[in-house]
Amino acid sequence: MNCMIEARAVTLGYAGKIICPCLDMAISKPEIVSIIGPNGSGKSTILKAISRLLPPVTGSILLNGKDIHRMRPNDVARLLAVLPQSVQAPDDMRVYDLVANGRAPYVGLFGRPNANDQAAVREALEATGVSELAFRRLDTLSGGERQRAWLAMALAQQPQILLLDEPTTYLDVHHQLEFMKLVERLYRELKLTVVMVLHDLNHAARFSHRIIAMKSGEIFADGTAPAVLTTENLRLLYGVESTVMTIEQDGCAHLVCFPHDICNGYEA
Amino acid sequence: MRVMMDHAQDRRIWLRNGVSLAALVSLVVALLAGIMIGAVPINLQEIWQSLVGTPTGELYQIVHNIRLPRVLIGALVGMNLALAGCILQGVLRNPLADPGIVGVSAGAGLAAMLLMILWPELTVFVPLAAFLGALGALALVLALAWNNGVQPLPMVLAGVAIAALFGSGMSVLMIFHSDKVQGTVNWMAGGLQGRSWGHIRMILPYSLIGSLGTMVSYRYLNLLQLGDDVAKSLGTRVQLARFGLVILAALLAASAVSVAGLLGFVGLIVPHITRMLIGSDFEYLLPCSALLGAVTVVAADLIARTVFSPVEIPVGIIMAFLGAPFFIYLLRKGMRP
Repeated sequence: MNCMIEARAVTLGYAGKIICPCLDMAISKPEIVSIIGPNGSGKSTILKAISRLLPPVTGSILLNGKDIHRMRPNDVARLLAVLPQSVQAPDDMRVYDLVANGRAPYVGLFGRPNANDQAAVREALEATGVSELAFRRLDTLSGGERQRAWLAMALAQQPQILLLDEPTTYLDVHHQLEFMKLVERLYRELKLTVVMVLHDLNHAARFSHRIIAMKSGEIFADGTAPAVLTTENLRLLYGVESTVMTIEQDGCAHLVCFPHDICNGYEA
Repeated sequence: MRVMMDHAQDRRIWLRNGVSLAALVSLVVALLAGIMIGAVPINLQEIWQSLVGTPTGELYQIVHNIRLPRVLIGALVGMNLALAGCILQGVLRNPLADPGIVGVSAGAGLAAMLLMILWPELTVFVPLAAFLGALGALALVLALAWNNGVQPLPMVLAGVAIAALFGSGMSVLMIFHSDKVQGTVNWMAGGLQGRSWGHIRMILPYSLIGSLGTMVSYRYLNLLQLGDDVAKSLGTRVQLARFGLVILAALLAASAVSVAGLLGFVGLIVPHITRMLIGSDFEYLLPCSALLGAVTVVAADLIARTVFSPVEIPVGIIMAFLGAPFFIYLLRKGMRP
């Protein structure tokens, strides 16, 4: 069964400040969806809302048709895993123990992790290539390794939907690409729905099936990369003049955006 | 690879078990030494006799009515304070958190001082007043910090503010009743002199609640270390868990200060020392802290009443004198790469 996450007529905001006045969005099949947009456009806000971390002011977030805030937290956590932009953990925590936290929604209050849980942790470690680091301390890992360890924790939840908030922000080019390819492989092998907030337009173009562009708390464009990433759209979204081109690499056509100038009189 | 993983895992298990075992053995030794050493030395055989034999004689009186309750209270107080500090450091994600930071110590102190100075004939109710004062202060702190639940930083700030307010209340009392301050000084410094089975009955229920609570709560504490968002996305009811943990810690701390006075140090430093020894996994951190807290107070009390005998120093002062340098040593050692 496909897992479906839906925002229905939601108003989103924090403490009296409305960020998204009225928004509808549905992701109903396994695909990679990237949310892009300028700073303050509400892209992280909508991701928080569908993560169950930010209750909507009005409207509802539905997971498989059920209001996410009326479901039991553990039931949500078994379907939907979240990796926030900045994360924290005790320095001396081991990778294995971090990943084992992903089993919390399955291990009850008084339960002990069973063989199933251990197998899920092992699979998650293997899927993200951190098996060999399992008993390393987190503070001895590189940025790329640490991000994969956190991704392994999310995978240990055995979710159907994976939500990532700017997952490559703190990584260098090599590890950014490595992480994006890993996400793509997880989508393919596990039939995951991946929704992520991205700043890098070229990553969004290359790795996602669908791009949602946000502006001023509203969905500005929603579709495939060639449909969303047009010169006209990028000017209106970011206030930049850009060249959008297609280049051939290893027999595949890739869409590439090259912003080359700033528009005058742009207002976010 | 398998071998390497198992090896790293083994070392950790050894360390955890080793430290737990060492703490347990030290506790037994400290308890026995606490009963044996004193103005009247008592040997192991005499302890055994007075425990199983007929309840008469001087030795029985000393063991059963003076030293045994005293070491047991020391152990329970140390355990409760260490657990409370450990929980608060985890919940508030603040390494400087201790029972003082949620206002518990100041509340207990002000209430006890009020009673001792204004109604000296009711001194027998000091533990009760201290307990209620501690919970009153906690309620104030929670009310001030409340905003759809408690967040760590507002809670710490409110706690510091309430502690300062109550502290100045105590200063006012000391200035206007400087003639009666003498009797309160010992209590304020924290001590175990003259504690009896009645005090044990006051603190024991909370020690039991605390022990049971920690068996459930270590998971929440571990999850809260990952930040609110991650804990929430893993299915934790973060606000509820945090609120419950703060209440548990406050009950533990309040029960301890109500029988032993304002014992500082244990709640702050024992959890840190334990963390340096065995790491920050609360599943092991909590029980080991509890044991080491008990050892610390029993041993410090033994020193407090024997070293300058017949003068007895409040145990809190001994702990600060011996513990603070030790803690500084550990910190400096830990800071080196």
